[in-house]
Amino acid sequence: MRLENKVAIITGGESGIGKETARLFLEEGANVAIFDIFAGGVEKGHCDMGFPKDAELKNTLCLKADITKRAEVRSAVEATIQRFGKIDILVNNAGIIRDALVQKMTEEQWNEVIDVDLTGSFNSIQAVVDHMMQRGSGSIVNVSSVSGIYGNVGQVNYSAAKAGLIGITKTLSKELGRKGIRVNAIVPGFIKTPMTASVPQKVLDLMTEKTPLRMLGDPIDIAYANLYLASDEARYVNGCVLFVDGGLVI
Amino acid sequence: MKRTAVLDGKAALVTGGSRGIGQAIAIRLAREGANVAVNYQSRKDQAADVIDFINKTDRIDNLDELVKMIDIMDTVEQAKEVRDMIESMGRHAIICQANVGKMDEVSKMRDKAVAEFGKIDILVNNAGIVKDKSFVKMTSEMWDDVISVNLTGTFNCTKAVIEGMLERKYGRIVNISSVIGRMGNRGQANYAASKAGIIGLTQTLAKEFADKGVTVNAVAPGFIGTDMLKSVPANIMEKILAQIPMGRLGKPEEIASAVAYLVSPDAGYITGQVLDINGGLYI
Repeated sequence: MRLENKVAIITGGESGIGKETARLFLEEGANVAIFDIFAGGVEKGHCDMGFPKDAELKNTLCLKADITKRAEVRSAVEATIQRFGKIDILVNNAGIIRDALVQKMTEEQWNEVIDVDLTGSFNSIQAVVDHMMQRGSGSIVNVSSVSGIYGNVGQVNYSAAKAGLIGITKTLSKELGRKGIRVNAIVPGFIKTPMTASVPQKVLDLMTEKTPLRMLGDPIDIAYANLYLASDEARYVNGCVLFVDGGLVI
Repeated sequence: MKRTAVLDGKAALVTGGSRGIGQAIAIRLAREGANVAVNYQSRKDQAADVIDFINKTDRIDNLDELVKMIDIMDTVEQAKEVRDMIESMGRHAIICQANVGKMDEVSKMRDKAVAEFGKIDILVNNAGIVKDKSFVKMTSEMWDDVISVNLTGTFNCTKAVIEGMLERKYGRIVNISSVIGRMGNRGQANYAASKAGIIGLTQTLAKEFADKGVTVNAVAPGFIGTDMLKSVPANIMEKILAQIPMGRLGKPEEIASAVAYLVSPDAGYITGQVLDINGGLYI
C-alpha cells in the first residue's frame, strides 16, 4: 500500500474529486480526515461516506469545517492530530463555482469564490505548516484547474482563484522545500463531477471535442494524481504543476 | 487492495537502460510486471570514440576524460547485469545494442524486441549523452552527436514502434527530457536544444496520437546523482545544491517512479505533459 501509516487531510472531501481521493487514500492505507461543510451535518467526526464500514469507523474522520474561517480550520487540524497523531498530507481540494460574465458578476460571487478556493487553501496550509515543519516532512497538493491556466468564459472569479493556487504552489515549494515539505499542484481538465453535473450536454460535447483523448476525465483520474504526488513515490517532485486533462487545449 | 504488477503482460523498451536513470527505469518497470528490452549504445561506437579522442590529442593530458570514456565502455556488462536483475525478478529481459541515432540500428533493435515479446507497449526514450563546451568552442561534431542521440534518437525509436502501437490502439511513450531543456545551462547549448526539442516532440505526438490510444509524456529530471554528474567539480556542485529548494540531488529511482506512474493505468488521462522532477529547482 502506497500510503501506509500516512495521515491525510482532504478539504472538500465530501463529494466529487475530494471524495474519490479520500476513498483511494483509504484503500492505499492512509488515515483520512475529511474537511467539508457537511450541510447534512456531521456529529463528532462520524462519517457516512459510503466507504467500506471498517475503514469508515477506524480510518476516517469527518470534520465540519468552513475553510474560510481560520479558527474552524485550526480546530479541525487539532482534532485530526488528536485522533491520528500527525499530519503527513494536505490536499487542498475544496472549491466552489459562482459563474457569471464579468459585467454581471456581483461582489459576493467574486468574494465567495476567492474566499473558498484561494484563501481557504492558504488558511489550511497555515494551519498545518507549523506541524509539518516540526516533523520535517509533509506533502501538500493543491487542486487547481484548467480554468486557472487558460481562462474560461464566465469564470473570472474561479480562474483568478485557481491561477492563484499555482502561485501559492510555486512560492511555497521554494519556502518550504528545505524544511522537507513538498508543495505541488494538479490541474484537472474537464472532469465528470457534481460540479459539472449541471453543465448542458451540448457544452459537455464541446469539452470532449476539445480534449485530444476524446473523453471527459473521471474523479479517479485526479485521485490517482493526488495519490502519486502525495506519496513517497514523488519525494523529489516539488513545485510541479501536473496537468491531468487528456491533452486539452482551450 | 494491493496494486501490484499493474504492467503484467506489457512489453517495454528502455533506451540507454544499462546505467543511471535508464537502469532504474528498466528495473522499476520490471518490478511493475513488464518484460523489458534494455538498450545500450554499441561498444564499438564507444571504442571508436576513444580512439578518435586519442588520435585528436597529441598528448594525453586530459586523463579524466579518457577514463570517463573507457568507463562508459563497460555498458554492455552493465546491460547484462540489468538483464540478470530483471530475470531474477521473474520477468523476461533482453539486451539490445543500438545507437539510437541510427535508424537502421533502431529498426533492428525493434525487430529483436518484437521477436522476443511479440510487441512493444511501452517505450521510454531515455538514451542521452552530453558533450559540454562553451558555445564559442563547441564544434559541429559535438552539436551533431548530442542532437543525434538525444533528439533524433527519440524520433527514431518512436518511429520504429509507433505503427505497432497504433495497430493495437495502445501505447505508452515517456521521453526523458531535462531541466536543462527548460532553463538552459552554460556549456550545454547542444544538450539544452536536444532536451527542449524533446518537449516539442512530446506535445506534438500527444496531439497526433491522443485519440488512437497512445499517450506521450515527458519527464524532466533536475540534477540527479548519476555518473553523468560525477565529473562536476565540488565547488560547482555546491552552487547547484544551493539552487535546489529541497537542498539535495535527486535519485534515479525518483525518476523511475514517475515513469512507472505515467505508463500505468492510473495516468490514463494524462498526455502531452512534462513532469518536472527537480526538487523545486525550476518551476
